[in-house]
Amino acid sequence: MRRHLGYTLRCARRVLPAFLVALGALGVWELYVDLGGVNSALLPAPHEIATELWRNGALLWTNFAITAEEVVLGLLLALVGGFLLGVAIHLSPLLRRGIYPHAVGSQAVPIAVISPLLVFWWGFGVFPKLFVIALICFFPVVVTTVDALAAVDPEQLKLLRTFDASRWQVFRFAELPAAMPAAISGARIALAVGVIGAYIAETSTATTGPYAGLGREIVTDLNVLATARAYAAATVLFAFAVACFYALTLAERRLVPQTNPPRGARP
Amino acid sequence: MSVEAVSRIYADSGRPDRSVRALAEVSLRAGPGEVLAVVGPSGCGKTTLLELICGLQEPDGGAVRCAPAALMPQRDLLLPWLNAVDNAALAPRIAGMRRAAARERAGALFAELGLAGFEAARPHELSGGMRQRVAFVRTLLAGKPVLCLDEPFGALDAITRAEMQSWLARALRREPRTVVLVTHDVEEAVLLADRVAVLSPRPGRVRAELAVELPRPRARTDAAVVALRERALRALGLGA
Repeated sequence: MRRHLGYTLRCARRVLPAFLVALGALGVWELYVDLGGVNSALLPAPHEIATELWRNGALLWTNFAITAEEVVLGLLLALVGGFLLGVAIHLSPLLRRGIYPHAVGSQAVPIAVISPLLVFWWGFGVFPKLFVIALICFFPVVVTTVDALAAVDPEQLKLLRTFDASRWQVFRFAELPAAMPAAISGARIALAVGVIGAYIAETSTATTGPYAGLGREIVTDLNVLATARAYAAATVLFAFAVACFYALTLAERRLVPQTNPPRGARP
Repeated sequence: MSVEAVSRIYADSGRPDRSVRALAEVSLRAGPGEVLAVVGPSGCGKTTLLELICGLQEPDGGAVRCAPAALMPQRDLLLPWLNAVDNAALAPRIAGMRRAAARERAGALFAELGLAGFEAARPHELSGGMRQRVAFVRTLLAGKPVLCLDEPFGALDAITRAEMQSWLARALRREPRTVVLVTHDVEEAVLLADRVAVLSPRPGRVRAELAVELPRPRARTDAAVVALRERALRALGLGA
């Protein structure tokens, strides 16, 4: 019982600073809108946003489920694809020279330019959105993976060679585990931009049906000056991004138990 | 293990005037079960010599004839994500042995060499001396007839080094191998080796070879050990 209490207290101590910062920011925001006479179509007060969150719970939830699916699947695609591409670039100098520059360039492509083509290929479903999210998120994973694989101690590799290790074994016993923490840091960056990736994906590719995710919801709301509801939707995205980020930290503890996640990323 | 008139030159491509001669016509041999110590000043090509013996480099002249050799590098290079016994079992695992069987072999050596109880420790939980012991067991388990030890205790404090030297002497009596021990510590060479080769400053040449025909275990205070130490130091040009 006392141990349980201690655990609760430790959790509270961790969450408290972020909670207080949020509370302070919301207070200032509320005062600014209330006392400054700001038009609520321009900037709704926090209490209005809270009301919208409450009133539109069902609508936001439905849209959230759509966006969450896109983010999770898109990120999965980005993490797996980015990691594999990073490994391939590391193992093959030819790929490094042939593909790496284009991976860099892919980050400069305005999504709106390619979205009609994506819809033409894959229709109004989820695939074009997954592609857009993956395109936005895979790059940090590639860069951190490639750099970490290249940074493995050359003396270590020499030692493995005296044990007659094959190329695959060098990768499996030394390079891969050594690169894991950095690759996960890349995944962390990818996760943080994944949600904004979903917003870009939803607003740049066409969808049929009444619900199209939180990103599309925000655009629709802003068009009809339902600003408070747009902010409510943005609040959900905000919370979702934070949740994704810390979910990865928890996963990391299982995946690479030998290294603790960097302090900043711990919940 | 035999090295005959071996030379090694590190070329700076495009700047031939800046190429470095690391070794010049070095000849050494060590019979089965013999411990050969190589001492010399820093930068005389000792590490290069070991890499030639292990086949990590090719000589620019002369010939290296050697049974397969395992290298114990200066730094322990233990993998931080593996515990001590898994680190020691790295070579058998690379040779295709199953994890459990490789662990068992490493565990047996741990018990034999006084490392029992440290199997599950991660490298960062071990002292410098313990890490070197694990690294040595890893080298033993590579299953090669020749061991190349590159200043294995160079980074340790004097007390730990003295402990490690007697530990290594005992370990080699239990697990006899042909050993090429590179060191800059003349006393260590005399305590552990059957023969001591003294190299000159770069480019390294063999200046002297001293036979250490003393019974083991040897004490660093033995008159014969001290006398040999003096001879080796004189060969290095450091005699008092």
